[in-house]
Amino acid sequence: MEAFLSNIDRVVDGFSWTVRLTLFSAFFSFVLGILLTAMRVSPVPLLRGLSTAYVEGIRNTPLTLVLLFCGLGLNSALGLSLHDRVMWDVFWWAVIGLSAYTACFVSESLRSGINTIPLGQVEAARSLGLTFTQNLSLIVIPQALRAVVGPLGSVLIALTKNTTVASVAGLGVQEASRQMKLMFDQGIAPVLPTFLGFAIGFLILTLPTGYFFGWLSKRVAVVR
Amino acid sequence: MSAQSVLFDVPGPKARMRNALYTVFTVVLALVGLAILYLGFNRTLVDREDPLFSSAVWAVNPEGQWAADKWEPFLRPDTWTSYVLPGLQNTLTAALTASVLAILFGLVFGIGRMSERWWIRIPSGAVVEFFRGIPLLILIFFTMALPIVAWQLFDIPTGTFQVTALAAVVVGLTLYNGSVLAEVFRAGVLAVPKGQSEASQAIGMTRSQTMWQILIPQAITSMMPAIVAQLVVLLKDSALGYIVAFPELLRSFTLLATRESNVIPAAIICAVIYIIINMTLSRCAIWLERRNARRGRPSAKPTAAGGAPVAIEATGTAAGATAGTSAAFSTGEPSTSVTETDERPDDEDEERRD
Repeated sequence: MEAFLSNIDRVVDGFSWTVRLTLFSAFFSFVLGILLTAMRVSPVPLLRGLSTAYVEGIRNTPLTLVLLFCGLGLNSALGLSLHDRVMWDVFWWAVIGLSAYTACFVSESLRSGINTIPLGQVEAARSLGLTFTQNLSLIVIPQALRAVVGPLGSVLIALTKNTTVASVAGLGVQEASRQMKLMFDQGIAPVLPTFLGFAIGFLILTLPTGYFFGWLSKRVAVVR
Repeated sequence: MSAQSVLFDVPGPKARMRNALYTVFTVVLALVGLAILYLGFNRTLVDREDPLFSSAVWAVNPEGQWAADKWEPFLRPDTWTSYVLPGLQNTLTAALTASVLAILFGLVFGIGRMSERWWIRIPSGAVVEFFRGIPLLILIFFTMALPIVAWQLFDIPTGTFQVTALAAVVVGLTLYNGSVLAEVFRAGVLAVPKGQSEASQAIGMTRSQTMWQILIPQAITSMMPAIVAQLVVLLKDSALGYIVAFPELLRSFTLLATRESNVIPAAIICAVIYIIINMTLSRCAIWLERRNARRGRPSAKPTAAGGAPVAIEATGTAAGATAGTSAAFSTGEPSTSVTETDERPDDEDEERRD
C-alpha cells in the first residue's frame, strides 16, 4: 500500500481528468439531450425523424466505437483539431464523443419523464393558448425534469464510469483507468492495492452521486 | 385522440407555413453538415486549389474515404470470412458465455441479498454494490493482471497460468452485469405480492421452498424485459475487449481499416452490424414487456438500496430507458408519447423504490 500511496499524485491526476471529462460531458449531453427530446416531440415530422434516428442509432452503437470514430475518424483521418496541445485536443474529442453518446440516454430518460405528466396539464396549457415552444419550456420540460432526477443520476454515474473508455487508442486521455494500467505495466506499485485504490476512487465518485440524486429526486418529486 | 399529439394543436395555415420553414431550415443545415463530412473524408475540404463549387472538389477523390476501392473490400468474400465473421463469432462467444454466467451470478447474489441470515445478506450486498459501482474497464484490466497479483502475493512464478483476453472480458462482463442482474432479480422477487409468500409460509413451506416454487416462477415473467435489456448492454460492452486486444468485432474492423486504410467505411459497416444486432435484441425486450402489459403484469425494474438510483448500466442505459419504457416510446411514435398517462411506468417505479 505504501508504494501506491507514494504515487498518489498520479492517481489524483488521473481522477482529475476523469472528473473533468465527466463534468464537461454531463453539461453538453444534458443540453443536447433536451434538444433531442424537444425535437422528438415537435410538430415537424423531419425533426422527429432525425431525433429518433440519432437516438436509436447511437444508443445501439458501442461507446468504444463512438470514441474510436472521434479519435481515429474525425481527429486523425479528417484532421480536425480542437486545441494546439495534443493533451487537450484528445480531451475535447473525448468530451464530444461521450456527450454525443450520453445525450441519447438523457433524451430517453426525459421522454419517459414526459410520459408521467398528466394529460390535463398539457391540455390546460394549450387551451390557455400557449404555443408548442411555450408549452414545452414552461409546462412539460420542467415537470419532466423533476420526474427524472433519479434516472438522470443513473445516467451521470454511468457517464462517470464510461469516461474510462476515453483511454482508447486514438484518444488516450490520461484518465484514471489509463493511469491504473500504466502503473500495472510499469510495476511501480503492487497490482492489488493499486486496483483497490482506483476502485475506491471510483466508488467515492459514484456512490455519493447516487445517494445525492436519490435524495434530490424525492425532494423535487411532483406530488400528484 | 383526433389530434396527432396533445403537445400541439392541429396545425393551421400559419403553423403549416412555420413547420415548412423549419423543415427547409433543417434540411439546409443537415445538407451543410453532410457536405462538410463528405468533403472532409473526401479530402478535398482543406488544401484545395479549386473554388468550393467546382466539379473537381465534389467529385469522388480516389485518395479519399469515399473512393470505390475503399468499399470494395466489403464485396470480397475473404474480408467477411477472415475478418468480420471471426470477429463476430468472438463477440458472440464472449457475450453468450458472459450472459449465462452473469445470470447465474445474478441469481446467487440477488437471492443472497434477500437472505434472512445477515452473514449471507451483507456480503452479497457488498459484492453487488462494489462491482456495480466501478467501471467495467478497470475490472478487465485487473483480471488481465491476475498472474502478476499471484506472483506478488503468493510467489507463484509468472507464466504458471495466463489470463487470456477472452477470459478477462468474460469475467469483467460477468461480474458487472451479474451485479446489475442481481438487482433486477431482487426487484422482481420483491414485486411479487406479499400475500404470496405469506400464504406459502402459512401452508408450511420453508423459506427456500417459498423462494424457488412460489416467488421466482412468478417473478421470472416480470423480469424478462429487464434481463434482455441488460443483455443488450452486455453485448455492447463486449466491445471493450477492443482495448485489451481481444479479437472481437470492433477489433477485426480496425485491423481491416488499417490494412485497407478505409477507416470510415469500416466504421460505418461495423456500426450498422452492432445496431442491427442490438435493435433486434431490444425489440425482444419491448415485445416481452408489451406481452406482460397485455396480461396485466408489471415489468420489474432494478431498484437501488436506500432509495439511491445507483447506475444500472455499463454504457449507460437509464433505468426507464431501455426496458422500462412504455409502449409509447417503443414504437418511436412521438405522437402518442403524452397520451399514455394510464401506464405511467415511472410512477410505479417511484413507488417501489421507497
